[in-house]
Amino acid sequence: MQTKQNVDRVVRTILLISASFSIIIVISIFVFIFRSSLPAFSAFGLNGLLGQLTWRPANGSFGILAMIVGSVMVTLMALVIGVPLAIAAAIFLAEIAPRSVQAVVRPAVQLLAGIPSVVYGLFGMVVLVPLIRRIPVAGNSGYGLLSAAIVLAVMILPTITSISEDAIRAVPRSYKEASLALGATHLQTIFQVLLPAGKSGIGAALILGIGRALGETMAMIMVIGNSVILPAPLNDNPLTVFLSQARTLTGNIAVEINYASGLHASALFATGVVLFGLIMIVNVSARAIINRGNPSAG
Amino acid sequence: MKKLGIVTVLIASLLLAACGASAAGETLSVTGSTTVQPLAEKLAEGFMSANQDVQIDVQGGGSSVGVKAAGEGTSDLGMASREIKDEEKTQFPELQVHVIARDGIAIVVHPDNPLKDLSLDQIRGIFSGSIVNWSEVGGMDAAITVAAREEGSGTRDAFMELVMGKDALILDNAILQSSNGAIRTVVSTTPNAIAFISFGYLDESTKAISINGAAATEENAASGLYPVVRPLNLLTNGAPQGLVKAFLDYVFSAEGQAMVRAEGYIPVK
Repeated sequence: MQTKQNVDRVVRTILLISASFSIIIVISIFVFIFRSSLPAFSAFGLNGLLGQLTWRPANGSFGILAMIVGSVMVTLMALVIGVPLAIAAAIFLAEIAPRSVQAVVRPAVQLLAGIPSVVYGLFGMVVLVPLIRRIPVAGNSGYGLLSAAIVLAVMILPTITSISEDAIRAVPRSYKEASLALGATHLQTIFQVLLPAGKSGIGAALILGIGRALGETMAMIMVIGNSVILPAPLNDNPLTVFLSQARTLTGNIAVEINYASGLHASALFATGVVLFGLIMIVNVSARAIINRGNPSAG
Repeated sequence: MKKLGIVTVLIASLLLAACGASAAGETLSVTGSTTVQPLAEKLAEGFMSANQDVQIDVQGGGSSVGVKAAGEGTSDLGMASREIKDEEKTQFPELQVHVIARDGIAIVVHPDNPLKDLSLDQIRGIFSGSIVNWSEVGGMDAAITVAAREEGSGTRDAFMELVMGKDALILDNAILQSSNGAIRTVVSTTPNAIAFISFGYLDESTKAISINGAAATEENAASGLYPVVRPLNLLTNGAPQGLVKAFLDYVFSAEGQAMVRAEGYIPVK
């Protein structure tokens, strides 16, 4: 008996440790990044880091505002391109496609998730960038926000599609039957019953997609140009802002950390803190929005 | 309980084995510039095959890391692909610089670009953004796309020092990439691009242009005709002694310098 209780206790402890593991990792990563960024924050202040556009480590300027704008813009653009595609694909898979078609489409979408990001980057660099460069605008190098956003949109497709599909499938069958019985068409049922009822799941899919987009590094470095400039239109047409080069927060860290030391390294950790904060803001606000919407949906 | 015992014995024997292996011979650590790294690895292989009981570990990190590692003594040798900066000299006054090879930096354009020659002034103008169209330097009528290495790269530092001079900066909307290979890919897929890469990375996918009439060849770099040449350095803190000295002697031997040539760099002896 004694040994059985001991085994119980040991197993319970192991499970507890496993459960705490990710929390411990998150906290220690945050503590480490935050501590490493302190020298930069105390040397330049919040405004010197977050409010300034000039990033020139050799001259002691460490403004990361341009990178914040770059990250936010490319993420928003990727969502605009990718989310409608992903949700449409999810609806198609969950509601419309016959089994035989699903058997082809679903593995294909999931395969996208398994492609390493450096391969996306390489594809973007040698195929997409030369295509974008054909847009006849002076100063358009092909490298920039548009190329990056298209690559990113494809990269977030599988995440958003799979989770949205599960969310749509998880809506109780009685909802759909009731809607159809009331005389609604299949499409009306999808858009006015199934999607609103699956909102919280689809919202979770979006959060994961945004997280993936903000955190993506390698593919972005390869196609966005990495120039530290505030994205601006190339000529009088404001749409050409999408052809502008930019640098993301993740790219800033990845491109420069190899050579950085002292305050430069610390400023890169500060970039990490900002990225951390940005993702927290996205998570918390998205959760708040989903929760607020829930009672009316239920 | 039995199982636990077996695991403990296994772990203990592994630990013992690990200790035994590292205690058998001497080790040498080399850290720094990713440009010097491939060359240092080849030299280390050669030295190790002649001295079986020596283990040399070569790791990258960049020239600045190399200077720091040698100065602070965290590595036996540092690697740097640029001159040592004044503030580094003040920080580490004991640092000794051993130039083991020289490397040219080529100015490359797309193979289809008809341009053949630029002056240093024109290159400075292009990279600083005061020349924006190829027609201004006698080429086709097309906007120039400038690509460059990121801040902190030894190749960029050397280019800044040798071409741009004290005041000129690389224009803000240059496409930045973090390796010689990535820069080469950008230039080979962008018809109007210009960039700088190490001689070691030249191949038919890009075209190196001559500077002031001097083609980007090892002969011209060795003779001083080609102006953009930088030293590849190994750094020691104080005078080299013991194993470090033996390795440096090997680097400067005929065999070591032959390796330098085989790797596409310019020997110093």
